Amino acid sequence: MANRKIHVKVNGTPMEADVEPRLLLVHCIRDTFQLTGTHIGCDTSHCGACTVLLDGRPIKSCTLFAIQADGRVITTVEGLEQNGTLHPVQEGFCQEHGLQCGFCTPGMMLTAAAFLKENPKPTEDSIRTAISGNLCRCTGYVNIVKAIQYAAAKLAAGA
Amino acid sequence: MIPPGFEYYAPTSVNEATALLKQHGADAKILSGGMSLIPLMKLRLATPRYIIDINRIPDLDYIREANGFLKIGALTRESDLERSELVRSRYPILIDTTSTIADPLVRNMATVAGNLAHGDPANDHPATMLALEAQVVVVGPKGERRIPVSNFFTGILSTALSPDELLTEILIPIPPAGSGGAYIKMERKVGDFATAAVAAQLTIGAGGACERVGIGLTNAGPTPIKAKKAEDVLRGKKINDEVIRQAAQLASEESDPKSDLRGSAEYKRDLIRVLTARVIRRALERAAKGR
Repeated sequence: MANRKIHVKVNGTPMEADVEPRLLLVHCIRDTFQLTGTHIGCDTSHCGACTVLLDGRPIKSCTLFAIQADGRVITTVEGLEQNGTLHPVQEGFCQEHGLQCGFCTPGMMLTAAAFLKENPKPTEDSIRTAISGNLCRCTGYVNIVKAIQYAAAKLAAGA
Repeated sequence: MIPPGFEYYAPTSVNEATALLKQHGADAKILSGGMSLIPLMKLRLATPRYIIDINRIPDLDYIREANGFLKIGALTRESDLERSELVRSRYPILIDTTSTIADPLVRNMATVAGNLAHGDPANDHPATMLALEAQVVVVGPKGERRIPVSNFFTGILSTALSPDELLTEILIPIPPAGSGGAYIKMERKVGDFATAAVAAQLTIGAGGACERVGIGLTNAGPTPIKAKKAEDVLRGKKINDEVIRQAAQLASEESDPKSDLRGSAEYKRDLIRVLTARVIRRALERAAKGR
């Protein structure tokens, strides 16, 4: 059960960690890299609070060993903002009141950001399908959908 | 929940992986998407001493038609099916199936092959692959062999894979003209296993008779079930309401569901009857378009 060294790029910064193979990626991100924006909700791959982007695709970091991410690119919620400017999805969540308690928000926004990259003109249905793996226990889905629509419009206007 | 410790291997070739399997056999588990394995490890329902992570093996991630088959590599993710123009245009039954599995984030990791190799009768691809009469290619120390999916599921969470064999590819016969298939799942909410689900694949000949038929049932017994009696009543006939009614009744009788939180056995058997009739009709509609 020897530890292994892994190298990952997190939010553009190369990072390394000495990990036990059983270490889950979410624990590596929160405890080793000290990036606590990624949340632990259900810990059973249902809720999506732990969502991060792995090579651009949203995945649940509670159900991946950190060692599997060796050599890959990770984006966490801390990486959405660029040079002091909020990502359009973050701006949308502010403008449309897309969060209540905020616990699901980091995962929700990462899923939305990846989704809008592949689907610049989403329908409401396709947004709801895209976020169906991210649960909001405040049930604030109406404003979450509006927030993502706001971001889609903003991205389209900027393109 | 932190999984129990294990030794980790990340082979970079199929030969290296099968050599590790030969060495460690039943103490080892293959890690592909990990969407079933890691949750089971957290719950201590699986405690492998060795994890063989096949994600570093190149050239196992593909979807292509060749030599009469749609070929799906072992590392093809569920979300790759949804992204594939080939699958979207020619294999809607696979889109029906994959889009009901777990949720979009899980599908970015989960593999189609893992959905079969796990051997869970609640998984969705087994019924669909039974309906499509697919085969799986497995590689072990003695070389490669093909196993028809109809012989693959041997018991609860058990398959025909030997402990030293790796599933490398799924082979789906390319359906002839006049074919159509569909999968309909009843689930309580996104991410749940099926209360019941049914897959149907039909080929309707020029004269209007059903030439080929496959019907598979999800979460309807200790293994995925091929509803052979229902298939027999459809094969060779022009499919009308009465034939569909008979097939649906037979599929229901071939099922062996257990009562649980998702419903009583009696309810599930009736659900299978209803879903079988619906899925045959949807497959017929698609077969009519595929001519």
